Amino acid sequence: MDLISPSSGLIFWQLFGFLALLFILIKFAWKPMLAALEERESTIDNALKAAEQARNEMANLKAENEKLLAEARLERDTILKKAHDASAKMIEEAKEEANKQGAQMIENAKAVIETEKKAALAEVKTQVATLTLEVTEKLLRKNLSDEKAQKDLVDGFVNELKLN
Amino acid sequence: MTRKFLALSLLISALLLSVSSAVFASSSETEESNESPTEFIMHHVKDSHEWHFFNIGHTHVTLPLPVITYAADRGLEFYMSSDFQNHDTHLFGEENAHNGIYIDSHEHLGRVDGGSIMDFSITKNVAMMFLVIGLVLWITLSAARHYKKNGAVSPKGAASIVEPIVIFVRDEIAEKAIGPKYKKFVPYLLTLFFFIWIGNLLGLMPGAANLTGNIAVTFTLAILTFILVNINGNKDYWKHVFATPGVPAPLLPIIVVVEFIGLFTKPFALMVRLFVAITAGHIVILAFIALVFIFESYAIGVVSTLMVTFINMIELLVATIQAYVFTLFTAMYIGGAVAEHAHDDHH
Repeated sequence: MDLISPSSGLIFWQLFGFLALLFILIKFAWKPMLAALEERESTIDNALKAAEQARNEMANLKAENEKLLAEARLERDTILKKAHDASAKMIEEAKEEANKQGAQMIENAKAVIETEKKAALAEVKTQVATLTLEVTEKLLRKNLSDEKAQKDLVDGFVNELKLN
Repeated sequence: MTRKFLALSLLISALLLSVSSAVFASSSETEESNESPTEFIMHHVKDSHEWHFFNIGHTHVTLPLPVITYAADRGLEFYMSSDFQNHDTHLFGEENAHNGIYIDSHEHLGRVDGGSIMDFSITKNVAMMFLVIGLVLWITLSAARHYKKNGAVSPKGAASIVEPIVIFVRDEIAEKAIGPKYKKFVPYLLTLFFFIWIGNLLGLMPGAANLTGNIAVTFTLAILTFILVNINGNKDYWKHVFATPGVPAPLLPIIVVVEFIGLFTKPFALMVRLFVAITAGHIVILAFIALVFIFESYAIGVVSTLMVTFINMIELLVATIQAYVFTLFTAMYIGGAVAEHAHDDHH
């Protein structure tokens, strides 16, 4: 067993032992271990990427929310303004309608009153005429019961006629 | 803490230095040294057929290991290393032949009838290799079980030790040195790193074998890298070797030879670098320990212990660095073989 000349027996065992070690370790240690390490590294990478993405999304979402909020505010203002306008218009219209209806009613009432008045006047005239006729008849009957009174009346008519 | 420890050890050294000559004199008479320091160091650094831990007096505490031999005419045979030893001295030698086979004092197998025989023994380093493989399997499989059980979750237990290394090898070594096609090679690099690293660390344990500092081991690892690099070499890689672009025609024969030799010097450098780094570390540590036995002085013992502790800490670093370097260079050679490079960027 010299120091610097390799012995064949040891070379044989070393070759055998090391190759056995190599194959066992490749199959049962290095492959699962390197795979696990790689998996873990990719998991960490992905997690970091996902976090970055989430942050970006969050920022986007926030911006979008703000935009939406601004839009909503604008829309609310528009709607309020429209509602305001509509209500004002409705009030205006209602007023107008009421005025019109009132005027119409007054008109109608006036017409009715006129008609009633005319009817009443006609009635009154008829009554007056009837009364006058009755009075006149009574007077005539009484006044013309004597000759003289008749003659005076006729004279009176004749005088009047002459004047005309 | 360290300062206190240093001060204390210096004090003890000074105290003992006064009586050291007496100690030296008495001990050298009683204990006869049967091993020179070089033998002592080489015995620990080199491979062996038995696993020797320590001696208690004259009793050798060892683990006998299987001896497996193959000869064309005898077939496969199994023995124990203790069959070929003197039972008292635990020395191998031709005189202790068993069944026509002996192990000589340099731990080479021989046959009494002079025929050829091949040695497939489970030597100390092979046993150590099985220990290392077992430990690597235990650590990595328990880490892998965590992911299998819980899916792609954060690491816990063994997974929290293994995961950073896996990620380091994948991202800092494989991806940077190989480029976009790195994924295919990550398992090989990981296995290489863990085997060398755990082997280096276990090798530092007292009584452990010098596995990753054995040239046969580094040779095998380098050959595997060499094969992996060259079967994955693309058109650019081979063109670079046999028709190096940007080189004038008259120089081409020289360059091609150089490039061709370069194919082999790369794994050779891998082999030598790991072997030298680990073996040298062991030799330095053992040399400091051997100093104790050479001088047989308590003072030297204290200094040696301090130095050995210090070198051991450096060795912990070297164990990791060498595993990293071997893996990194393997990744770079693979990177050179699979890269689709534009030809004008260098040369």
